[in-house]
Amino acid sequence: MKERRISGIVQRRGPRHVLMRGLLFAILLLFCAYYLVPLVVMISTSLKSLAEIREGSLLSLPQTLDFSAWTKAWSAACVGVRCDGLAPYVWNSVLMTVPAVAISTFLGALNGYALTKWRFPGADWIFALVLFGAFIPFQVVLLPMARTLGFLGLAGTVPGLILVHSVYGLAFTTLFFRNFFIGVSNGIVQAAMVDGAGFFGIFFRVVLPMSIPAIVVTVIWQFTQIWNDFLFGVAFTIGDSNPVTVALNNVVNTSTGVKQYNVDMAAAIIAGLPTLAVYVIAGAYFVRGLSAGAIKG
Amino acid sequence: MLRIDKLMLAAALSCAALAGGARADGTVEVLHWWTSGGEAKAVGELKQAFEAEGGKWIDSPIAGGGGDAAMTALRARVMAGNPPTAVQLKGPGIQEWAEQGALNDVQDVAEVGNWDSVLPPALAKIMKYEGKYVAAPVNIHRVDWIWASPEALKKAGVEAMPTTWEEFNAAADKLQDAGLIALAHGGQPWQDATLFETVVLGIGGADFYRKALVELDDAALRSDTMIASFDQLRKLRSYVDPNFSGRDWNLATGMVMRGEAGFQIMGDWAKGEFLAAGKVPGEDFLCASTPGNGFILNSDSFTFFKVSGEDNLKGQKVLARLIMSPEFQKVFNLAKGSIPARTDVPLDDFDICAKRSHEDLLAAIENDTLVPSMAHEMAVPRSVRGEFLDLVTQFFNSDMSSQDATTRLADAVQRAM
Amino acid sequence: MQSGSRLSARLERRLPQLVVSPLFAVSLFFVYGFILWTAYISFTKSGVMPNYTFDGLAQYQRLWNTPRWYVAIRNLFVFTALFISISLAIGILLAVLLDQRVRIEGVIRTIYLYPMALSFIVTGTVWKWILNPGLGIERLVRQAGFENFTFDWLVNPDYAIYTVVMAAVWQSSGYAMALFLAGLRSVDDEVLKAAAIDGAGPWRTYTGIVLPMLRPVFLSTVIILAHLAIKSFDLVIALTGGGPGYATDMPATFMYAFAFQRSELGVAAASATMMLMTVVAIIVPYLYSELRKTAG
Repeated sequence: MKERRISGIVQRRGPRHVLMRGLLFAILLLFCAYYLVPLVVMISTSLKSLAEIREGSLLSLPQTLDFSAWTKAWSAACVGVRCDGLAPYVWNSVLMTVPAVAISTFLGALNGYALTKWRFPGADWIFALVLFGAFIPFQVVLLPMARTLGFLGLAGTVPGLILVHSVYGLAFTTLFFRNFFIGVSNGIVQAAMVDGAGFFGIFFRVVLPMSIPAIVVTVIWQFTQIWNDFLFGVAFTIGDSNPVTVALNNVVNTSTGVKQYNVDMAAAIIAGLPTLAVYVIAGAYFVRGLSAGAIKG
Repeated sequence: MLRIDKLMLAAALSCAALAGGARADGTVEVLHWWTSGGEAKAVGELKQAFEAEGGKWIDSPIAGGGGDAAMTALRARVMAGNPPTAVQLKGPGIQEWAEQGALNDVQDVAEVGNWDSVLPPALAKIMKYEGKYVAAPVNIHRVDWIWASPEALKKAGVEAMPTTWEEFNAAADKLQDAGLIALAHGGQPWQDATLFETVVLGIGGADFYRKALVELDDAALRSDTMIASFDQLRKLRSYVDPNFSGRDWNLATGMVMRGEAGFQIMGDWAKGEFLAAGKVPGEDFLCASTPGNGFILNSDSFTFFKVSGEDNLKGQKVLARLIMSPEFQKVFNLAKGSIPARTDVPLDDFDICAKRSHEDLLAAIENDTLVPSMAHEMAVPRSVRGEFLDLVTQFFNSDMSSQDATTRLADAVQRAM
Repeated sequence: MQSGSRLSARLERRLPQLVVSPLFAVSLFFVYGFILWTAYISFTKSGVMPNYTFDGLAQYQRLWNTPRWYVAIRNLFVFTALFISISLAIGILLAVLLDQRVRIEGVIRTIYLYPMALSFIVTGTVWKWILNPGLGIERLVRQAGFENFTFDWLVNPDYAIYTVVMAAVWQSSGYAMALFLAGLRSVDDEVLKAAAIDGAGPWRTYTGIVLPMLRPVFLSTVIILAHLAIKSFDLVIALTGGGPGYATDMPATFMYAFAFQRSELGVAAASATMMLMTVVAIIVPYLYSELRKTAG
């Protein structure tokens, strides 16, 4: 992937080329606008005062930059009887997301490896069975899951929530790693086997180090899914251990009282910052990671 | 790690009872959806009162959708076997949970506090299961209010607040002729249903309301009175601006506040919105009951779930006593905009709309015209209410005829029963 | 010793199965076990909480007598078909365009991708504003001088579902783009060169040669998009709340409303069962044919 590839369709020189390039950029930029408008509206609204929001137009930029909504959302917005903003809840989300992402990614890698590199009868069936789990709506599993957590003594605890997210992440993590490993030449594994390495030896010393791209893709996906989850968070945590999405919901979904749109927007962006950061920072690896295994799926 | 341990300890309430023998007056975990403004402040009062008695308060606020998210969490919690101590739960929902054996009663507290003699009988009935109190009411909201902008009315030449639906229609026509929005409304199912029930009360009277919306009498649901009610609802639909769909109620209140719209039909939580904006009742905004004779009751309450452990049980009883104390009922309702559930609390510090509400309440109890709100989960089980909301909102958002609506409503109610 | 090492050798051979078996067990219990539980509940009298008294097909009768359910089903098909096809189309288009050696590709790609990072609890409000006739696009265009411009889909029961599609496409099409871009990048240069030598034009190169090679990408993308479509819940709740009326209700929101707002767990379970059966009927043949083709 290092050297520039010869790809694409518009390669000739001349006026037609220039025209095509222009058209190309026009389309690309048009879509940029489509994707960016909501974010721009959010940011500009978060920087306006309430009066300005009420009078001004949606898309107009703030006349003066007012960061008070941000400080309020972070440390002073009221959630129930507490007025500490989102700050305490961000930590809860981290506490839940990091282990859940790590566990589900590791298990996905291990399973993907076992299903592709050590093909045994029924491997595809097992994979199909697991994959179908991706389609089960979370609303369906809520109550039986609650009963299970209660039975395990994990109800209302962070470890319980980690378990839930790990379990329902497995379908996707296994999918991602399976698609990646299927593209990895079997020769490497066989060579290691000849050298006397066992199942786990090959996994940890040969396979895992070369699957960084797949790990990046999986971590991004899982991180986004788990960080943004609301339903499990609201059902399986109690008060002070709520993840940030539940706190955000409590800030934004005020049943009465004046809606502070600027604080709502600032809070929304704060709650989304970690996932945004992950996408921006790891974005370059993302396409590269996907392409490493994509085509052979 | 320390944090996780702490959380687990707090979570496993039954364990906390063993560990927490040191505390003087119990622990409560309260699940509610009062997360903002006056409501959050009102809950804060309860928390303070509870902590002043030496108890420990664990707050579990879950906002959104009038408690839908909170109800989801509640089910998961009960399924898992760790229910909260007290839940903001109301109306026939209390009976539904009691039938599941999920509630504790606080009858001993109620007897000492003499709850029977200070609560309106219609409300006391809702709080009890098999003759014992399982819930405590914190307030009474009146649903059938019209809020008006004096400025808009003046502009349109409307002299007085309407007392019949004909007068209302005439006033609304004048407002529209003056280029104003006649009725500020938010197109959400519960708001549509709020309009519907005030119309049913106004057109049919309290007895008809009770027959149709509480007892779910099939003949009443299919009657001409019901058709007439839908006709009036159709009329109201024509007074609403085109962008009403999905609007939050407080934004509709804002329209009245700014004089863009003449009227809003909404419960007295709308008053909190006016007051929060520094408006004075009687001057900056007007309040009147919707046309017709009666009082549509909405009341918030805390329901006591089946927790175990001495610490939790103690906390539950202390909470029940505090909720029904006259002092708390006063401060809470001053913050929330409603009136106390106890009828014996002096209302000197309350505004004129609240006083009006209190007088009407006493009159309604006297004349037996106090009816529970269907839209606000006071009258019928949530399954039936859901059918009402579906049908009414469908009617409001389509050109269904009143005749059709009546038939379909009666069919839907039968299905859900 | 010998038998011991033979045992460990046998264990070693069975190790892959052993490693996969917890995954299998977890799926069996947390997915299929819970589905069975739900199916059982759909045949019971369950209301506010699960109740294990058998009640035959009553909940299904009730479900199929509820007009709102038909709206939800119709919406699911309309939404899923439009959402997947539009997202695929935009995804492919943007991926092909971005693959033309665009210098600022990194920036553009990030812009296309970021909506996937945000939950709809976050972006729903903004979309509500943008699509609201009184606040958003309609007002802007009218202010720009086009007095008769109307864009009221959000508040129009017949069109509101399309606004849900718009917002959903906004969120997911960038992700589809990334998947396809990655696929394009892994197409061998030799293939393109060969096509060029054969004199195939750009259109034919892509439609005839490159895209068919991306079959596995279609599989992953369709699975991801389909799962988003079926689970679309936050989106509907945040954007329309199921309204106007219940015009934008979907099976996921229907199920949620019946289970948790209306205390009709039985009906909710029946709707969930119907929905899962629909998913099985559509997804399983697709998975089967795709896995057979690509597994070899």
